[in-house]
Amino acid sequence: MGDGIRLALAVAAKDIRLELRSRTALLSAVVFAALVLVVFNFARDPTAISAMDLAPSVLWVTFAFGAVVALNRAFTVERENAALDGMLLAPLPRSALYLGKLLANLVFVFVVEAVTLPLFVLFFNVSLGHAWPGILGVTTLATIGFVSVGTIFSAMVVRTRFAELMLPVLLLPFMVPPLVGAVQCTARLLAGRPLSEMLGWLRLLTLYDIVFVTLCTLAFPAVVDE
Amino acid sequence: MTPTPASAERTLRRGYVLTVLGLLAVTAVYVLAICYTPVEVRQGPAQKIFYVHAPSAWGALVAFVLVGISSILYLWLHDTRLDLFAASSAEVGIAYSLVMLTTGPIWGKTVWGTWWTWDARLTLTLFLFFLFVGYLALRAALHDRGERARFSAVVGIMGLLLVPFIHLSVYLFRTLHPQPILLKPSSPSLPPEMLRTLMVGMAAFTLLYVGFVTVRYAMAQLADLREGDADAV
Repeated sequence: MGDGIRLALAVAAKDIRLELRSRTALLSAVVFAALVLVVFNFARDPTAISAMDLAPSVLWVTFAFGAVVALNRAFTVERENAALDGMLLAPLPRSALYLGKLLANLVFVFVVEAVTLPLFVLFFNVSLGHAWPGILGVTTLATIGFVSVGTIFSAMVVRTRFAELMLPVLLLPFMVPPLVGAVQCTARLLAGRPLSEMLGWLRLLTLYDIVFVTLCTLAFPAVVDE
Repeated sequence: MTPTPASAERTLRRGYVLTVLGLLAVTAVYVLAICYTPVEVRQGPAQKIFYVHAPSAWGALVAFVLVGISSILYLWLHDTRLDLFAASSAEVGIAYSLVMLTTGPIWGKTVWGTWWTWDARLTLTLFLFFLFVGYLALRAALHDRGERARFSAVVGIMGLLLVPFIHLSVYLFRTLHPQPILLKPSSPSLPPEMLRTLMVGMAAFTLLYVGFVTVRYAMAQLADLREGDADAV
């Protein structure tokens, strides 16, 4: 078990090191997310709809789009020079490979979200106030959910010709439960509602994470092993 | 048992017979719905679409669950037939969900006064459709047979687990769809003529599903055999 975690961390560290050296994917994902926010700002009529009514959904749609862009890179880097074959030949349990990839993707998506959130506060004039620890928690829960599914899908779609197109088609339906939950929680957090009003949604997010991280870990060998 | 061209042809013929029988049964449902069942007091003739809508929703759901189950079995047994069956079931499922998604709004516009509402059941079935689309799009984009089977099995299983989550997340909103009238703890709350027509509809659409899937499955087998021949050359 301890060995598995060590190996997963090694895979994640490799991915993060690789990304820090080129920075292309991460930077484009961040810029993309910022652009989505800007576009949203022009898509609403500020006299008709208050920023607060729209803010939670804008934030989460931006996070979701940013995540899809960031996830696309996860296995494209492994395709070049058959790097994945090398990893598969290494004495590395498949579950550790999956968890390592998941961890690296989580770091990328968190970075994208960490840049987007201040921009969101700035553009939409939202004050997080005392809500920010809650927002942080909800973001973590929801992100783990859809990134776990996105990681296994990105391993599949790199084998297709239109990987960048296929990933959103497959992934967006799976993003719905975490996104709906996250939007509902964010709206209540920003409105300063008590925790009891979010309990159902928080349970849903947690359950989703547990089910899909487990399932994807178990199903991952079927994706990479011939 | 490995399929031979002869056995696949036999399956295909059987499928055609079942499909014709299914189509005849569906015609009978139309006749029953129009001539035999009474007109519903509050909804008027619009209610008659129910005898097509509910059975096609049933068929889509059955198709979806069977894709999931055969995906689980495929990853366990690695039998190509299971993969071909899942693919056939998904293709028929997409047709059924399209029927369901077109008949629903037609009824909804007359009775609810709106084509679409984000109600739990409507959203769920819409996602059923999207999952079928994603599943088949992925299949179409993969060329290696083994890879296609393994990847689509994973998607099939994940889809099966996603559906309860979508239901749960939308259920927390208010629901507008008519509550279950058939599969509920107390006895069905339909007049006997309507109930009978509905049951015939269910049976007819199930038979048609079996026919379609058999034809599609036999065709997939034949295509596979041809591909195998090409590989051998």
